[in-house]
Amino acid sequence: MSETYEKPQPVIDPGTKPFWDAAREHRLLLPRCRSCGEHHFYPRELCPHCYSDDLEWVDASGDGEVYSYTIARKPAGPTFAADVPYVIAMIKLDEGPRMLTNIITSDVESVRIGARVKVSFDDVTPELTLPKFKLESE
Amino acid sequence: MAREAVIVGVGDVPLEGGKVVGGGSVLQVQARAAKAALDDARLSMRDVDGLLVAGLWGVPGPGQLPSVTLGEYLGIHPRFADSTNIGGSAFEAHVAHAAMAIEKGYCDVALISYGSMQKSERSRTLGGRPSILTMQFENVWGIPQPVGGYALAAQRHMHEFGTTEEQLAEIAVATRKWASMNPAATMRDPLTIDDVMNSTRIADPLKLLDCCLVTDGAGAIVMTTAENARAHGSKPIHIRGYGEAHTHWSIGAMPDLARLTAAEMASKRAFEMAGISHDAIDLVECYDSFTITVMMTLEALGFCKPGEGGAFVSGQRTAPGGAFPLNTNGGGLSYCHPGMYGIFLLVEAVRQLRGEAGARQVADVATALVHGTGGTLSSGSTVILANN
Repeated sequence: MSETYEKPQPVIDPGTKPFWDAAREHRLLLPRCRSCGEHHFYPRELCPHCYSDDLEWVDASGDGEVYSYTIARKPAGPTFAADVPYVIAMIKLDEGPRMLTNIITSDVESVRIGARVKVSFDDVTPELTLPKFKLESE
Repeated sequence: MAREAVIVGVGDVPLEGGKVVGGGSVLQVQARAAKAALDDARLSMRDVDGLLVAGLWGVPGPGQLPSVTLGEYLGIHPRFADSTNIGGSAFEAHVAHAAMAIEKGYCDVALISYGSMQKSERSRTLGGRPSILTMQFENVWGIPQPVGGYALAAQRHMHEFGTTEEQLAEIAVATRKWASMNPAATMRDPLTIDDVMNSTRIADPLKLLDCCLVTDGAGAIVMTTAENARAHGSKPIHIRGYGEAHTHWSIGAMPDLARLTAAEMASKRAFEMAGISHDAIDLVECYDSFTITVMMTLEALGFCKPGEGGAFVSGQRTAPGGAFPLNTNGGGLSYCHPGMYGIFLLVEAVRQLRGEAGARQVADVATALVHGTGGTLSSGSTVILANN
């Protein structure tokens, strides 16, 4: 945990506050539609699958697999410079939705599409926790 | 008799080393491009009653209402305006919207305008997008944008179809060959596949030479009725079909990272409207923000099947003298890329259709397909143009 976290932080709004609040408690929360049963991410007011407004928040398993990834060789701005190379990945959660995140690994070259991953919460400030992922094999 | 909308003028401003010759503000350079296009059309600014504009300038501030600001600057009072901004593909959509407005009688002469001085002003600040609304789930991860999103797509395309980095490099090399014949192109020195493969890694699997340039640029298109074109003795380019679609902005929401759904939707509609098959297309100008953009676009447009883009571009098939002339001005990869490149696809297609492309003129071009892509593989718009 760093007191001087310089990287971009989410500007949390009423529609996304439950997700970020849960992350602080190390829970991965997803909206689920009571009408069609599908989960989605990021959180919306209407289900993007069937457009119902009958939604609930549910705890996700935190398990998924790598759908795609890139190794950033150049940083997204100076605040990420010290992290290069780092992995940005799109995870297909076992509940269905895809989610952009980082994979925390000691070997960026070992990441592969299809690899199983598990959520790993990174408390970057006392107020903000980012749900990142780790390879199950690691 | 039904009104038919046609393109009658195109214009741009001279570039050297990727910068506008003589410099200028983003409004000055748009005025110069507009005058060039109106001169080309044998029309005058006082004839313009429709204004279509998209850009990234003047925000926050006067660029928030870009057609209103540009109309004021040009000294015109348009009765039709369209500031649709769906990214770099906006201008192909503008052609469609202007055609509908002209054919409906809603305006008579439409000016489509774009300008950017991002290289001269060093104003490119894509890293600084605030983490609000949908972006709070994107840039907290340090994804370099837009290249990171395209890299995710390229990685998925390689995984699903066995596409190789060498096949992506074929596109950069072929495009550079076209640029070598365009005096206005920023990068004209020959390039090899090895050069691309050995260039600086940016976001795996994309390397520096897989990425478009960062330059200035300004362009303009003038449209009117076929009847008005005849009356002024200008040479009309006909619009046979168009279509547009968008599917997402956040890369996490792209329906399928290995398929360009927006281009599939847009081009299907354009081909249906034109009532022609792919065999009838003599020339393709498609957005090349990155090499992977081109490969996914060729597949989505239906020139090859999904996953066959790698084989399709191999052996320099899209280079000068190849079977499939593509991006004949040198594209965003080697000619210019001021941020929203789509207007230059239209300018080049019109010049090729008129036989005005000089050393890079493709023989016997009667029908050309132009396809823009915007955002992070987000939007697509197709226009099919013909000179007869």
